[in-house]
Amino acid sequence: MTAPPATTHALVDALWQAVVHGDEHTAVEVVRDARADGVGEETLLLDVIAAVQERVGREWAAGRLTVAQEHAATALNERVISGLAHDRQRETGAGGTPRGRVTVSCVDGEWHALPARLVAEVLRLRGWRVDYLGAQTPTHHLVSHLHSTGSEAVLLSGSLPTRLPAAHAAVTACQAIGVPVMAGGRAFGPDGRYAHALGVDRWAPDARAAAAVLAEGLPAPDPAAARQVVDDLPHLTDQEYTFVARSRVLLVRQTMTALEDLFPPLRAYSDEQRERTAEDLSHIVEFLATALYVDDPALFTTFLDWTARVLEARGVPARSMVAALGALGHQLRDFPRSLRLLRRGTAALTDRSLRTADTCR
Amino acid sequence: MRDCCHKTSVVRRREVVGRVPDAPPRVFGSSGSPVDPRCVAAGPGAAWAHAPYPVLVADRDGGLVELNGAARQLWSDAVRGDKLRDTVPSWLAEAHGRFTDGTSGGAVRTAGAVADRFFEAHPTPTDEGDVVWWLVDDTDRRLAEAALAGTRRRTALLADVSGQLLSTLNLTRCLEATARMATDHLAEAAVLVAPPQGRRHPLTYAFRGGPVTRVTASVEVRDLPGLAEALQGFPPVPARWIDPARLPGWSRPAGFREPVGSVIVAPLPGHGVSAGALVLLRSSGEQAFSDDDELFARLFAARAGAALSAARLYTEQSSITATLMRELLPPRLESVHGVEYAGAYRPARDNEHIGGDFYDVHPGASPAEESLVTLGDVAGKGLDAAVLTGKIRNTLHALLPLATDHVRMLTLLNKALLSSPHTRFATLVLASVRRRGGEVALRLTSAGHLPPLIVRADGTVEEAATRGSLIGALPRVTATTARVTLRPGETCLLYTDGVTEARGGPLGDELFGEHRLKRVLAECAGLPAEAVVERIQMLTAQWLGPGSHDDIATVAIGAPRVSDRTVADDQGRARSTTHRRIP
Repeated sequence: MTAPPATTHALVDALWQAVVHGDEHTAVEVVRDARADGVGEETLLLDVIAAVQERVGREWAAGRLTVAQEHAATALNERVISGLAHDRQRETGAGGTPRGRVTVSCVDGEWHALPARLVAEVLRLRGWRVDYLGAQTPTHHLVSHLHSTGSEAVLLSGSLPTRLPAAHAAVTACQAIGVPVMAGGRAFGPDGRYAHALGVDRWAPDARAAAAVLAEGLPAPDPAAARQVVDDLPHLTDQEYTFVARSRVLLVRQTMTALEDLFPPLRAYSDEQRERTAEDLSHIVEFLATALYVDDPALFTTFLDWTARVLEARGVPARSMVAALGALGHQLRDFPRSLRLLRRGTAALTDRSLRTADTCR
Repeated sequence: MRDCCHKTSVVRRREVVGRVPDAPPRVFGSSGSPVDPRCVAAGPGAAWAHAPYPVLVADRDGGLVELNGAARQLWSDAVRGDKLRDTVPSWLAEAHGRFTDGTSGGAVRTAGAVADRFFEAHPTPTDEGDVVWWLVDDTDRRLAEAALAGTRRRTALLADVSGQLLSTLNLTRCLEATARMATDHLAEAAVLVAPPQGRRHPLTYAFRGGPVTRVTASVEVRDLPGLAEALQGFPPVPARWIDPARLPGWSRPAGFREPVGSVIVAPLPGHGVSAGALVLLRSSGEQAFSDDDELFARLFAARAGAALSAARLYTEQSSITATLMRELLPPRLESVHGVEYAGAYRPARDNEHIGGDFYDVHPGASPAEESLVTLGDVAGKGLDAAVLTGKIRNTLHALLPLATDHVRMLTLLNKALLSSPHTRFATLVLASVRRRGGEVALRLTSAGHLPPLIVRADGTVEEAATRGSLIGALPRVTATTARVTLRPGETCLLYTDGVTEARGGPLGDELFGEHRLKRVLAECAGLPAEAVVERIQMLTAQWLGPGSHDDIATVAIGAPRVSDRTVADDQGRARSTTHRRIP
């Protein structure tokens, strides 16, 4: 059953208020009452809880929620989902014969579990037997789970683009044992472009689409056609990704040193501030490596733009990032693809500061 | 007659050869190379008569003029004047017709079978207007090529089969893949009979154009000739001995209705014991299984048997491991008696589920009684350490009635460890927990372990004042117990040194350290217990990056937060402003 949009809006507001105030009792009641009033469970999961979670992320990026509050809100949302699942199980018992068995897992090293959890619950609602492996599942565990259960398909969830190389390893490993992989989540790009680059069997933009793809049937890949990552992404043979990924720590250290000259305020930073800066640099290098991996400058520029927004929301000028990209370019002068990415990144940041300056004026 | 005819030719031929002494006698070249026209003009001679390849001469009307000895072996009854079309196979007679009436446009090279041999035939005209047909025996090359093509096809097929079978360790998938490939490549229908489970055999059916289906049924294997033998590992019964008319009903897939013409029953060799048998069925409309087919079916069955045995072994082993490991896995924690518990565990080796850290929550029999939380770290990592954690956890469980006195409990545990053959020692923390009103009362005792950290509502982080000696090393244990009260929204964190000794960070090679942990915890004020452990696990994972690490375990004990709305309701006034405002 679908609730009228007005009801959904009201529910999102009510749940949001409860969740950001850490009011577990109210949060669980808002959703439980809505369900009792006949609002469909799928609507509650995808149009209410997911909407609130998205707002949590937006508010954090805008600097209106602390990281800790974000964690607390996510934990409460998880409890609300558990409450729903608990009520359903109590009412319907084990349910009928499942349509089939599938595995829902996050990419190795991915800790954003909620999107995968929502997909798992929606598929259960639609009659599938779901093995939900949760966040930070080592690919090794995923594959041995598939061996021992004979799942028909894997739904792989990823939010962090930097985990795309790990996602690729998981995709090829599952396909090599004849299990098809459907990918979903922000990491795979707005149109699923990275999912396709990694050779997944299907990509789904959201939980409903994922359920529809499963209902259609997902043919098993030919395990005899097992391939190596470089077969999907031949540009990896230029070793730029390998070098940047392996030298991350060294690149960060050298960039820190170079930045002291290029960006004098850094010299006055406290230890903690320096560590934050080093972490930011580390992220830049990780995203640079990932952009090299999928060979897409948009991955890098989108990240830089987002980081600039997050930094500005916290009163940190984004121009230090331009200096950092310059320092990185100096160290990576022998790597043409890296240099192209850094130039595109610099251009994107410069455009951005011009735009910001315009709006200020 | 032929003799006289030959004489002149021999003379002429000698002349030719004499003029070009170095030229090889190419007239009788066996490769079908163009023949020297001068020699042809000279006509066949005596050497021609004894050539190892068949040669025949025919006039332009298709009448036979001459045959040499080799040709006579093919057509022993032929005599001069016979019509070619009555004597030689039609492919040759027709080629002759095309050559003489000029429709072939010059060079004609044709090929075909004569009796059970295969020849290439090359025509050359003579001065008299006859045609000499030079036949080159090509049988062996053809046979070799056919054999090579067959071998290549089979090798490709076996490579494909191996690839498919090796890819999975799941027994069901492996059975289905075997049945499917058997019907793709060997027969129209196939039945895989697995070794019995009790008195019933798992059966996997497949047929071309139909689904793969599986049932477990009690069937009489003796009804299918050769099957009982195959399941016992005896040599296979030849296909021709099996009467398709006597097939029992269960041995054909439901939906496969063709009359069966021939049957192969191939044993699936396993690891010393039978992995089952493969029954292949061909309808009477198809060619019966040949010896080659049987040989190939055996090769296929050998590979399938090996793969099925490996899958079965993996299934057995992983079920044994899962059973043994169940007791060693960290428990899933939840709220008990009004206190929040959350735990997270990351073993040092990512390919294992367990390691040398452990934790447990033993709920009190009633809310009025204390629950006991334990968290500890055994020296070493991996399975060996995990086995010792199991022992310690069991011992602590048995000592639960004594939990009112932590030091006594530790003393008994120490004795148990000292008397065991393990030489490892351990550190641990005991926490006795009880909710009292809105608060949570804790008794905390460290035995050589990092003291628990208390996160106060205002973000202050305190170390619990408890110290003690480690367990399993010294004859006497000393320890002090700290009493701590958690107010609503406050958390007590028990953790192992995997957190603080996580090495990495953005600049590499730095320890996460206690000061970072305390700083992170300060930001966690007021968070639910699971959010606290999740945040610490996440930050340490980020800190480590791809680097190696020790086991990492965290347990948070939380006094449930009273939300500001509840406070407002209780006290009948506006929402408290101590919380951060959300615009």
